[in-house]
Amino acid sequence: MSLTRQDVAKIAHLARLSITEQEMPVYVTSLSSIVNFVDELSRAQTGDVLPMAHPLDGQHQRLRADEVSESDNREKYQSNAPQVQAGLYVVPRVIE
Amino acid sequence: MMSNWEVVIGLEIHAQLATKSKIFSGSATAYGAPPNSQANLVDLAYPGVLPVLNAEAVRMAVKFGLSIGAEVARRSVFARKNYFYPDLPKGYQISQYELPVVKQGKLAVMLEDGTVKVVGVTRAHLEEDAGKSLHEGLAHASGIDLNRAGTPLLEIVSEPDMRSAKEAVAYMKKIHTLVRYLEICDGNMQEGSFRCDANVSVRPRGREKFGTRAEIKNLNSFRFVEKAINYEVARQIELIECGGSVVQETRLYDSDKDETRSMRSKEEANDYRYFPDPDLLPVHIDESFIDAVRATLPELPDDKAARFSQEFSLSAYDAGVLSASRELGAYFEAVVVQMGPAHAKLAANWVMGELSSALNRDNVDIAVSRVSPAQLKGLLTRIVDQTISGKIAKEVFDAMWSEGKAADAIIEAKGLKQITDTGAIEGVIDAVIAANPKQLADYRSGKDKLFGFFVGQVMKATEGKANPAQLNELLKAKLGGSA
Repeated sequence: MSLTRQDVAKIAHLARLSITEQEMPVYVTSLSSIVNFVDELSRAQTGDVLPMAHPLDGQHQRLRADEVSESDNREKYQSNAPQVQAGLYVVPRVIE
Repeated sequence: MMSNWEVVIGLEIHAQLATKSKIFSGSATAYGAPPNSQANLVDLAYPGVLPVLNAEAVRMAVKFGLSIGAEVARRSVFARKNYFYPDLPKGYQISQYELPVVKQGKLAVMLEDGTVKVVGVTRAHLEEDAGKSLHEGLAHASGIDLNRAGTPLLEIVSEPDMRSAKEAVAYMKKIHTLVRYLEICDGNMQEGSFRCDANVSVRPRGREKFGTRAEIKNLNSFRFVEKAINYEVARQIELIECGGSVVQETRLYDSDKDETRSMRSKEEANDYRYFPDPDLLPVHIDESFIDAVRATLPELPDDKAARFSQEFSLSAYDAGVLSASRELGAYFEAVVVQMGPAHAKLAANWVMGELSSALNRDNVDIAVSRVSPAQLKGLLTRIVDQTISGKIAKEVFDAMWSEGKAADAIIEAKGLKQITDTGAIEGVIDAVIAANPKQLADYRSGKDKLFGFFVGQVMKATEGKANPAQLNELLKAKLGGSA
């Protein structure tokens, strides 16, 4: 299976990555070869194998009690942010 | 124009679950806290953190499932829904995809004309809410508040079973009633605790295949749901009749302009690349868990309505209104228990009428009503024993509402006790007749309508206190000249 330039452009858009025209051929070739490599797996007979999303067979999700265990640490967490204002994280404008 | 087209609507309702802490972290979920004061490292998507599932959120989802007769999945799986948006720090929302916690159920919905329609619920799944983006007061920037990020949501997805905006609203109201009965969601639509997306399409009547649908996002009032759907239906029909075709897209309802418009920015948004979240193991729900939840189910709205109409001989409409919330039903029953089922209809009329309008007018919750069930019973008892008329009772109710006193105290203080003494009423009638000889002559010559005039005059003279039945009887006799 070989990816087209459009496929790569779409994948890049979904991942919010910008790829230049010059870079495009490299990504088309190398992404295609990765997909082809993984595609080998489709030759395996998996007709009667249940899909496994987790390696911890037989285990299941632990639940926690509904208790508030966290206090307000806004100041500490926001010291990492590039820009804050009135308690808000400030990001480039997004509008629908 | 509409009759050639059939409207098809499905709703996705988001109910915020009333847990104390978030679905995957120990942050508080209280509404209205200072921005980002309830967003911890898990909510902020710091590296190395892991989500831990809140047991109460699971319990609430199961409770909902049981209330609509749905199958509760013994095994359900959380999945990542991938998209980029600043109010979603992880770059994905943890949701459920192929294996939701609640599967196929159904709900009976009473429509305006009294018919009952059964609407299918395809599924209900657990997921986390996103944060909020704010645009006011920031030049060329948006402010992000992540207090809401990670708040548990139950997304309730209906079958495309609704055939009009009114049906959609009736269904949404029913779900709203149900989640509040179950105490799994506060139902506060202003605060966004209960909101919905509507999938709307039209097809020529008689055709089986669905038309292309548009999804209207984030409707947070019953009125907007109805208006947005009606606008969208008219738009689609006009588009098709003019030779165009509907595009599958996401639209926003603008309540100021009363129209829906396309959200252009979402052109690739439907490629969510769901996959099972490796940070969360499958959720196992066993019989004992389900049984424990079942034991906490309250009397459900339909059961309560059926009981009201059977025990108290109320109409389906009255029973439906009085069971619309647990609190209203409890208030009504408290009055009826004290007065006896024979007076249930009187109690129903007063609870649905004067009491409800006073509560609405002053925006008071029935749980803290200024007129308690015992006080209302006190008032109604005076109607039953004919101390006051129904009309005077309304005046007394208003005084009870504003002064917080008992009915008897107000009747006494204001001298509102009904006049039931025949002699006294006759005296007033005689005086009125003597003062209006022309009207008397006209009445006796066949102008029957003047009867109301005399009733009005006597009521005026007695300040509305004459017993209406007695007055009618005595007046008829006097005017007829037989007394």
